[in-house]
Amino acid sequence: MTVRRLAWALALPIALFVLWDLAVRQRWVVEGIIPAPAQVAAAWYTWIFGTATTSLSPYSGTWLANVAHSTRRVIEGFLLAAALGIPLGVFIGWNRAVARAVDPSIQMLRPIPITAWLPFAIAVFGIYDASARFLIGLGAFYPIVVNTTHGVRDTNLLLLRAARMLGAGPAAVLFKVVFRSALPSIFTGLRLGIGVAWTAVIVAEMIAVKSGLGYVLWDAYYVGRMDICVATMFSVGLLGFLSDQVILRASRVALRWRALEAHG
Amino acid sequence: MAPAVELRGVAKEFAARGRHVVAVESIDLAVAHNEFAAILGPSGCGKSTLLNMVAGFERPTRGQVLVEGEPVQAPHPGRAVVFQEAALFPWYTVLDNIAFGPRTRGTPAAQYRPRIDTLLDVMGLRGFERHYPAELSGGMKQRVGLARVLIMEPAVLLMDEPFGSLDAQTRSVMQELLLTVWERRQQTVLFITHDIEEALLLADTVSVMTARPGRIKTRIAVDLPRPRSLEVTTSPRFNDLKRRLLALVREDTFNPGADHAPRAR
Ligand SMILES: Nc1ncnc2c1ncn2[C@@H]1O[C@H](COP(=O)(O)OP(=O)(O)O)[C@@H](O)[C@H]1O
Ligand SMILES: [Mg+2]
Repeated sequence: MTVRRLAWALALPIALFVLWDLAVRQRWVVEGIIPAPAQVAAAWYTWIFGTATTSLSPYSGTWLANVAHSTRRVIEGFLLAAALGIPLGVFIGWNRAVARAVDPSIQMLRPIPITAWLPFAIAVFGIYDASARFLIGLGAFYPIVVNTTHGVRDTNLLLLRAARMLGAGPAAVLFKVVFRSALPSIFTGLRLGIGVAWTAVIVAEMIAVKSGLGYVLWDAYYVGRMDICVATMFSVGLLGFLSDQVILRASRVALRWRALEAHG
Repeated sequence: MAPAVELRGVAKEFAARGRHVVAVESIDLAVAHNEFAAILGPSGCGKSTLLNMVAGFERPTRGQVLVEGEPVQAPHPGRAVVFQEAALFPWYTVLDNIAFGPRTRGTPAAQYRPRIDTLLDVMGLRGFERHYPAELSGGMKQRVGLARVLIMEPAVLLMDEPFGSLDAQTRSVMQELLLTVWERRQQTVLFITHDIEEALLLADTVSVMTARPGRIKTRIAVDLPRPRSLEVTTSPRFNDLKRRLLALVREDTFNPGADHAPRAR
């Protein structure tokens, strides 16, 4: 059963790879611009495992270090966004006065794309990690705060009453009922947030710092190493997928009661 | 001594989307200590509104709601509620749901653990401690809903059609369970229902409400012997009382204001 599902899942990617390879071999695309899959694989291999002695490529053996830079920035920005977005979302959803004071500002700032903040970030924070952290944090913050707010507002009135008649004070109501009930929404926000964080880290590293996958991507493009560009794209995709899986697994553990609900 | 629960000229109006809804209108009601009082009325007549005001979830627009002679200000474990939809915390196991009240109030585990043990046996929940509400049937959910308030040893137990959404078989089982528990504990109960037989089986008094806006039309004493069981529903006295209540409820069927009144069969 799972073998069959795996076969179905792999059919389309394999077909696309064959098509890609064919397009390069048959010269359907302009020669020398798009590298063939094998070329990308070879470049990627050297990028990961190469040493200064085995290869003259300046990228040789630098993959892990760049992945580490980007991952660290994503984690930092994402944690910052979660640490601010979740509590703020809870307060906006819970307290009408806070909502009136804060929500309009968030809704007005939210449509400004993260890319539009770049000059501002560099002007304020310079070509440093702080710029990247700001852009990633800001990008991930919106989906987290908005989804948390929605989750909190959707808390069932009956459960609030149940908690109160059992003697729960405001803090117990907030932590044992409102937060728990909003948790599925919060996880949705976190998953969307980590996606935005990977988008933001590439943009930030292209312009605002001098290391990481985004920096390599732009640099490789400049020197005409399209094979490295494509390998970078796959790398980012892979990291984005893995980080999403981490959050998904965490949510399955934290929301075990909900899985039962869906089956029952 | 003041009645356990007293409503004096209580009215409740809601403003919903600019429209005024008078849910209940000048309710007068007194429930004595250890009385099992049933409130009977068609759906939409304001029964839940009445109970919510005693619970402290809603405030009356006019009049006074008194418990032990004191005006009701806010919800309190001394006036515990069993809801129709059970309203268990879905993220907590059966055990954690029952322990919610004592834990939230900071009661030491050594104090409430023995009471949980007793309740698990009495309510037939043994073996389900680690289950989540989603894994329970409607009847089992209501057992948990009852257990989590009984552990608080409330002076007044408020029940809002607690068995209304159960199938007939399960409902009978739950009614007998409630009878057993109550006849042992003797506490004040305000029990909302639209089921005549249920009211007669369980209660000491039945107060009949009119269709919305709800008022209390009549109150009859149920002089059936205790301890009761389902057998009592076949006795001639039970049927006399049932006929009287049926007639009282039917009068409302012809009231044009009664949008949801039960049809005469
Ligand atoms: N929060 C509310 N806002 C507006 N109208 C309400 C509200 N709660 C109840 N009502 C109205 O008050 C009336 C009585 O409701 P309720 O007490 O729930 O009746 P019952 O429990 O007898 O079925 C209904 O017409 C209902 O629509
Ligand atoms: Mg009701």
